[in-house]
Amino acid sequence: MRVSIKPLALGIASAMLFAGAASAQNVKIGFIEGLSGPFGGVGQNQLKHFQYAAERFSGKQANSGVTVEIVPLDSKGSPQEALALLKKATDDGIRFVSQGNGSNVAGVLIDAINKHNERNPGKEVVFLNYAAIDPDFTNSKCSPWHFRFDAGVDMKIEGLTNYMKDQKDIKNVYVIGQNYSFGQQVSKFTEEMLKKKRPDVKIVGNELHPLGQVKDFAPYVAKIMAANADSVVTGNWGPDLVLLVRAAQAAGYKGNFYTFYAGVIGAPTAIGAAGADRVRMVSYWHPNSAQSEFESVYTGFKAKFNEEFYTVAAVNAVRFLVASVEKAKSTDAVKVAKAMAGMKMKGASGEDIEMRASDGALQQAMYIAQWTKAGGKDVKFDQENTGYGFKTVRYLMPDQASMATTCKMPKR
Amino acid sequence: MSMLNGLSYGLLLFMLSAGLTLIFSMMGVLNFAHASFYMLGAYFAYQTSSWSNYWVGFLIAPVLVALLGGLFERYMLRKTHKFGHVAELLLTFGLSFVILELVQLIWGRTSVDYSIPTSMQAPLFKLYDSTFQTYRGFMMLVAVLMLISLYLLLKKTRIGLVIQAALTHPDTTEALGHNVPRVFAYVFAGGCGLAALAGVIGGNAFITEPGMAQSVGAIIFVVVVVGGMGSLGGALIASILIGLMQTFAVGLDWSIVGGAQSLGIDTTSETPGYSLWKLKLSQIAPILPYLLLVLMLIVRPKGIMGTRDE
Repeated sequence: MRVSIKPLALGIASAMLFAGAASAQNVKIGFIEGLSGPFGGVGQNQLKHFQYAAERFSGKQANSGVTVEIVPLDSKGSPQEALALLKKATDDGIRFVSQGNGSNVAGVLIDAINKHNERNPGKEVVFLNYAAIDPDFTNSKCSPWHFRFDAGVDMKIEGLTNYMKDQKDIKNVYVIGQNYSFGQQVSKFTEEMLKKKRPDVKIVGNELHPLGQVKDFAPYVAKIMAANADSVVTGNWGPDLVLLVRAAQAAGYKGNFYTFYAGVIGAPTAIGAAGADRVRMVSYWHPNSAQSEFESVYTGFKAKFNEEFYTVAAVNAVRFLVASVEKAKSTDAVKVAKAMAGMKMKGASGEDIEMRASDGALQQAMYIAQWTKAGGKDVKFDQENTGYGFKTVRYLMPDQASMATTCKMPKR
Repeated sequence: MSMLNGLSYGLLLFMLSAGLTLIFSMMGVLNFAHASFYMLGAYFAYQTSSWSNYWVGFLIAPVLVALLGGLFERYMLRKTHKFGHVAELLLTFGLSFVILELVQLIWGRTSVDYSIPTSMQAPLFKLYDSTFQTYRGFMMLVAVLMLISLYLLLKKTRIGLVIQAALTHPDTTEALGHNVPRVFAYVFAGGCGLAALAGVIGGNAFITEPGMAQSVGAIIFVVVVVGGMGSLGGALIASILIGLMQTFAVGLDWSIVGGAQSLGIDTTSETPGYSLWKLKLSQIAPILPYLLLVLMLIVRPKGIMGTRDE
């Protein structure tokens, strides 16, 4: 008589499968972002950052029992669509969502998540914000369910103006930005802080233009030049920055640019050689930042997608989520949020970073970097094959870059 | 400088709306897909220029798009003609979505790297510290050449004579032995080709992305309505007017609060409606064309040079 070993083998295999499932935890991040439309290019690029971060910093490659899966949800950049997608994500059982491009979208998501969590105990949602940096989110509108991995506008402008304070040749500053919460905050903080730190500097213009609508920046550049501005401060990102820089170069503008997002996809190509030593950026990381621990992440991402890696916040969001799930030994959003608040680890440049419990803002280092010819020890990596890259001109430790908060955090 | 910027933008708008207004005056149908042909022109030029160089794309893309436009007229639009204008309108409306989705399928949902040839990135001349880019000059040159040749074609040649006759008296023209439907197809193809030409030179000056059709689509309707439906001269005036208006408005920081202050009236953030009064002209620049559209429809519904009295 022959005994079939098939059922036996199947039984063992399925037993192993169940054992594996018990120890491994899968977490989904609903990535609600504008993946098409005017800012679709940036959104698609950020999605790749998240997917790469999930691959490197969770599951097998990270030697962790927690595997993060990214679920892309295209909001087309619209707050209404983002709300609908949030509903869809919660209905599908997704408990962690991430968004960043556009503080206008982040604002409505925070409100919606606050309400959702109040009304649906046991089905709470946590918001991992990787780039929406309206400072209200960690001050007056702070929420126990919101964690921000980028630095706030206040923190960035503080760093930027501290650097500008020491540039004696600055006389006339022009502020131009996108007309929505973020752009308005940039304009407000720049004016306030510059007035305090350099009362002799004149703000010769403070301009807001529609978000993602302007195709021809030539008239704005003509205005900047007519105002005799030697420096331009702008929070523009995506095509709004690319087109602004292109128009400035077409008109032969020779002043300095102080930006937030000169490293974001498309901008380095637009800046090119013409922007050498004239374009500066404030950020929490750049490829040539001091003792960069993330060098292999940067080169690995570039090798895989042939695009620049710059959103360390995406990596940090995944790292903090994985560590919090491990610490809480649960994927329950409330337990994970409690574990994440106050969590500390090493940052991308080896600095000590902390997710501040009192306002949900990641405390991290701050760099001012200057667009400089690549080569030499300061500029190891160039951007988008332009032959130019970022060189650190100012470094702030996390405690120096830190800003106080007015947040009265409700109980998590 | 603002004058030149405004002119070059206005001329680009004219290139776009010239075809639209021609098609409208012939068939009495607003071609909703017109801006989509503009987008196709930009994408075709991007594709051909990535295979060879810019000039090949410059020549080939408008011809290809004109061909597509002709085929669309011959095999689709003409078939719906007998069902009346609404059917034709809906057909072009549908076509605009089909083109949008096709573009997104082929070239992706984000912008493509279609850039100005390096030979034309250099400044053409200098004026008060700011330089005028060669490419902008080139844009204006192409638009003016197109304008002149279009004028000559319509006014001085036999084909132009037939087209004009077919516009006003299609039945008589047909009785004289001319193939009026074929003339229609040629005009439709020509109009699409012009839109594509605008796309070829506008796509790299600004940005080539799937949203580009939508962003100019609304503006060219404004141009056509303000200029007077079916009037080429009106379209020229309206496009330059809108181009100049948008560029100059950006440069003006006038606001109602500012005006009140110069009159000695004090306003503070406590004044009711302050956020509305403090809006600067430069901030509302992008909506000015639509404001003009509304005003024009109230005051003079037939447009600047419109002849239709309905």
